[in-house]
Amino acid sequence: MVIDLPFIWAAIIAFAVLAYVILDGFDLGVGILFPLFPEKRHRDVMMNSVAPVWDGNETWLVLGGGGLMAVFPLAYATILPALYASIIAMLLGLIFRGVAFEYRWRTGRAQYLWNWAFAGGSFMAALAQGIALGALVQGIPVANRAYSGGWWDWLTPFSIATGLAVVIGYALLGSTWLVMKTTGDLRDKARSLSYIAALATLAAMAIFSLWTPFLEPLYLKRWFSWPTAIFSIIVPLLVLGCFWLLLTGLKNNRDSRPFLAALGLFILGYAGIGISFYPYIVPTSVTIWDAAAPDESLGFLLVGALILVPLILAYTSYAYWVFRGKIDPEEGYH
Amino acid sequence: MFETFDATLLARMQFAFTVSFHIIFPAFSIGLASYLAVLEGLWLWTKKVVYLELFDFWKTIFALAFGMGVVSGIVMSYQFGTNWSVFSDKVGPIIGPLMGYEVLSAFFLEAGFLGIMLFGRNRVGPGLHFFATLMVAVGTLISATWILSANSWMQTPQGFAMNDKGQFIPADWWAVIFNPSFPYRLVHMVLAAYLTTALVVGAVGGLHLLRRTAPLRAGTMFSMAMWMLTLVAPIQIFAGDQHGLNTLEHQPVKVMAMEGHYQSHPDGAPLILFGLPNQAEQRIDYAIEIPKLSSLILKHSLDAPLKGLDTVPRELQPPVPIVFWSFRIMVGLGFAMLGLGLWSLYCRWRGRLYTSEWLHRAAMVMGPAGFVAVLAGWVTTEVGRQPYTVYGHLLTANSVSPIAAAAVGSSLIAFVIVYFLVFGAGTFYILRLMSRPPRDPSGDLGEGPIRTAGITPAPHVASLHAGGRHGH
Ligand code: HDD
Ligand code: HEM
Ligand code: HEM
Repeated sequence: MVIDLPFIWAAIIAFAVLAYVILDGFDLGVGILFPLFPEKRHRDVMMNSVAPVWDGNETWLVLGGGGLMAVFPLAYATILPALYASIIAMLLGLIFRGVAFEYRWRTGRAQYLWNWAFAGGSFMAALAQGIALGALVQGIPVANRAYSGGWWDWLTPFSIATGLAVVIGYALLGSTWLVMKTTGDLRDKARSLSYIAALATLAAMAIFSLWTPFLEPLYLKRWFSWPTAIFSIIVPLLVLGCFWLLLTGLKNNRDSRPFLAALGLFILGYAGIGISFYPYIVPTSVTIWDAAAPDESLGFLLVGALILVPLILAYTSYAYWVFRGKIDPEEGYH
Repeated sequence: MFETFDATLLARMQFAFTVSFHIIFPAFSIGLASYLAVLEGLWLWTKKVVYLELFDFWKTIFALAFGMGVVSGIVMSYQFGTNWSVFSDKVGPIIGPLMGYEVLSAFFLEAGFLGIMLFGRNRVGPGLHFFATLMVAVGTLISATWILSANSWMQTPQGFAMNDKGQFIPADWWAVIFNPSFPYRLVHMVLAAYLTTALVVGAVGGLHLLRRTAPLRAGTMFSMAMWMLTLVAPIQIFAGDQHGLNTLEHQPVKVMAMEGHYQSHPDGAPLILFGLPNQAEQRIDYAIEIPKLSSLILKHSLDAPLKGLDTVPRELQPPVPIVFWSFRIMVGLGFAMLGLGLWSLYCRWRGRLYTSEWLHRAAMVMGPAGFVAVLAGWVTTEVGRQPYTVYGHLLTANSVSPIAAAAVGSSLIAFVIVYFLVFGAGTFYILRLMSRPPRDPSGDLGEGPIRTAGITPAPHVASLHAGGRHGH
């Protein structure tokens, strides 16, 4: 075959999931940090900073999930049952925090409830996503085109650890986002939190990297045999580079740089996981070619994706640009 | 706890519960998005401040309903994988790309411009703001188009082949998308959404006319809603009739269940108005019927023969009582809507549209009717196609995930609790917003979402409202 459609689609789905992780990552992170900012005026600004974009951010999750069903139906049909409980927990968390954006402004008396819904829902969604990631990395057994493991297989020390790691990472995205978008004492507090979150994220990445190779011989081989071992040197170096940019950005009050550096950390971590997996889509049972829908389906949707994804990126960037810059806490209050 | 249930039944209950909650919000937001676009267009065109006030009033309500639609929709898109994994594996190559197009062409468009529409008026200026509103409205319609194509394909599948893995694979995309029931279902559902919205707007207008709080604003929305209702209700009845004829052609068993025809009628079937379907005995008890009318409606001939459920094996029959009743609820409400529309036309003609309190009360009573009809319609459609998920090709029982009943049951309970709590609160907030009088946008008020960008008043002429009622 001339064009390897499953490979192209694996790249597109990987891009969609990455886009989701970094975009919804920062707005979930803002929710996770909510309890640390008890003052109402701070919370109002925090929510305002993500209110115009969170829905678009979450749409990448729908593309990741819906796209999986379209182009890798077997993966969709085995991963979701395998991660059943964590998916349900994620969905419930997303409900609570999603409605909080509107409900919070609709009530004075019960506002504290929706503050909790926002914080708790964000935390739960992030934790569930991390657990799902951990469970996926551990591997999912498949037999006869169906998940063949147990209902609690997803729950292990490793998956709990990845769950917490994702919460920490999102908190870093959230705090650096706030440094970029806010002013005054809110920004200063976010700045000090960013130092803590950055250190914790680095530690989490280190633990994750040392732990995974011992879960699965495939990953060990990937990271310690030629030629993929090159990445074992390059990726950590780049991670340290991003980390340095993050810290100096915080130190020198270059308020956008920490957020961009945190995005860099996520992209590198994500690439690292991708390198371990490839070419499996359900590690280590189903490859992208086993899971792929027929070429008629892949080709049909690819035409649309090639036209529409650039368009989406264009108007999404426009929407971000409309709301660019620091938020004026006065604008919008009465 | 769930030993007595099987996983399939629980998965069906979960799907029916979550999708029923979901459809309530799109049914309203599809219509409301278009209404907002019309209001903003009228404001830009006529510069009458009342349209801007109405826009801001409904925008806040829209934001709430849309948010609820989004979060309940995300649940739907993952539920195919969690509870219907076999279905997803087999049918994914066909309905997956349709839903993929829905995400790419509709969901991103709505979400991308929603932020600008809700919070960006200060930042982009009126022209671009109107453009954003239009994009949101267009997005909801594109979304309905794709999802209804997917659903219609499951009802009237064509243009596919099977591969050696037991998957449905596309043979002809054109035939898949434009499957026989799709045009009917699309028209019927979009009209349903417009009716639902018109009824809600009419009820709120009626409420404020009765209270005499903001007569110009209330009167304007009431009048707009009643025009919509008067025009669309008859079209909807016609579209529904055509839809039924199409269903008779492609899913005759569903029509037998809707009509309650257990017996075949070789020389003209009666129209059963009411009665109690008795599934065990396969007959309608206490039937009130009009001889031969069903054949006249469905076949346009008094003596045309119609087959009944006696030609269908028991295990391939849908549960008749549910379909029979839900169909009657929908049709009954459709005629009630027509009635309200005609009444408002009469009052308008007599110059009493803004003063007839009984009309305003009736509009309030009919406020929720659209939602009920939409739900009843979907129950007719979906229950009527049982026991299949892909009509004639894939049984519901063979679609479900190989998952333990306990897992499906517990998640069902979690969804029920969370949905009632969260969407109950949302409905309460929406009702509270509706019961406040529509206000003037420059004023105070903890009204509109007050975010990064406040709501800017356009040049505002307070005296406009002083005069009270429209002249007619
Ligand atoms: C405001 C809502 C509303 C109103 C007033 C009506 N309907 Fe409807 N009906 C729906 C909302 C709806 C729906 C929710 O939109 C359904 C479910 C799926 C669909 O396409 O439309 C539906 C389905 C549906 C079906 C089933 C088609 C199938 O499953 O293949 C038929 C035969 C009708 N309708 C017929 C009618 C008739 C004869 C009406 C005249 C009074 C009517 N509907 C009014
Ligand atoms: C594209 C849109 C839709 C698709 C793909 C779809 C698909 C399905 C599937 C897979 C089932 C499972 C089979 C079963 O439970 O019996 C189902 C059941 C059901 N759906 Fe739909 N559905 C769609 C839209 C809707 C909507 C909008 C409603 C209305 C609220 C609805 C109402 C129901 C109901 C009530 C059931 C349960 C039927 C029963 O258990 O007998 N569906 N649908
Ligand atoms: C059962 C199948 C369905 C699935 C899987 C589904 C999925 C979704 C998802 C994931 C969203 C959120 C998109 C976002 O993030 O913005 C959504 C919203 C929406 N859906 Fe559904 N949907 C289904 C049925 C329907 C039907 C039958 C209609 C109407 C005909 C519909 C109309 C809409 C609209 C207009 C929105 C925009 C948000 C809103 O106003 O609520 N959906 N749907």
